Amino acid sequence: MTSSKRIYDALKACDIRLVSALPETWLVHLIRLADEDPEVTLVRLAKEEEAVGISAGAHLAGVKSAMLMQNHGFLASINGIVSFAYLYKIPLLMLISYRGSFGERDPWQTQGGNVTEPLLRALGIPYSFLDSVETIKKRMQQAQALSESSLQPVALLLTRDLMWEE
Amino acid sequence: MLRIDCLRSIYSELENCLVVTIMGAVAAELQSLGHRPNFFYLQHAMGLASSTGLGLALCLPEQRVIVFDGDGSLLMNLGSLSTMARYRPKKLVHVVFDNETLLSVGGFPTATSTGTDLEGIARAAGIPRVATVRSVDDFKAAVTGAMQGTELTTIIAKVEAKGPAAYVTDLSLLENRFQFRRHIQSLKGH
Repeated sequence: MTSSKRIYDALKACDIRLVSALPETWLVHLIRLADEDPEVTLVRLAKEEEAVGISAGAHLAGVKSAMLMQNHGFLASINGIVSFAYLYKIPLLMLISYRGSFGERDPWQTQGGNVTEPLLRALGIPYSFLDSVETIKKRMQQAQALSESSLQPVALLLTRDLMWEE
Repeated sequence: MLRIDCLRSIYSELENCLVVTIMGAVAAELQSLGHRPNFFYLQHAMGLASSTGLGLALCLPEQRVIVFDGDGSLLMNLGSLSTMARYRPKKLVHVVFDNETLLSVGGFPTATSTGTDLEGIARAAGIPRVATVRSVDDFKAAVTGAMQGTELTTIIAKVEAKGPAAYVTDLSLLENRFQFRRHIQSLKGH
């Protein structure tokens, strides 16, 4: 909860006005914070690829946005990332919960964990990690700055250490 | 009913809207009638034109937004109907040209050719106002009516599977994208 609040405050400090999301266990607090915030439009998705179009529309409208998704949702968004964000130079700030990595107990998450970083590298998406409370705000601002200056997707992987207490 | 005749019938109404189209025949035919800076052609990413229109409409609620979608594209992102219906921006008009084929890749039939009813899907998804039209007069009346209304509307326009001779135009994708964003910035300046 503390981590989610810090992440949300960092999004607000980046002037994020629209958040699109598909729920997943690690993201429920973040989504609730967005839902309760009258300054932010929360768009609950049916599938994550929609978020690429919605964030592109927001960018064209001059509004800063962020995408909240699980890494499997990132996998489901790849054509939109390639055929819209890259093709049209659209900045995307993607916050991706990094399931299936060290510590994962759910067998169904593990294959997605294996391929997340290789796919980010294959797509040329710059990425970093949100893995400690102290660095959240700075790293978020750096990710957004790079996305806006390069006009391309940038990803932050939300790690187990930050998002999950066992 | 030909898609180009539908587009021609409402072309003059598009001047004060933000227009998003799918790729292929829709983009090429609208450009053939005359490109404007308030037109954005999504020349790939099939399925995401409606999502883009939703993003625009949520961020610019005072602005009329019209999306020209297609049966093949919408079938790739049916969930978009449920997301649009969930937030139902008042000034978003969603037009689907349904020619029952994936025309630009050789005319392969889509599921609407065997009975899938996009109007029924849109209604059941919760889109507050839906219609199917089969003549240019009905098309013009439905679209202009929706543009004057205050309800999210999906209009299925049943058109022939005929397109332009060529799909590539001389408007570069990035030129279109930057011009469209600058156009929106200029609206905000007023």
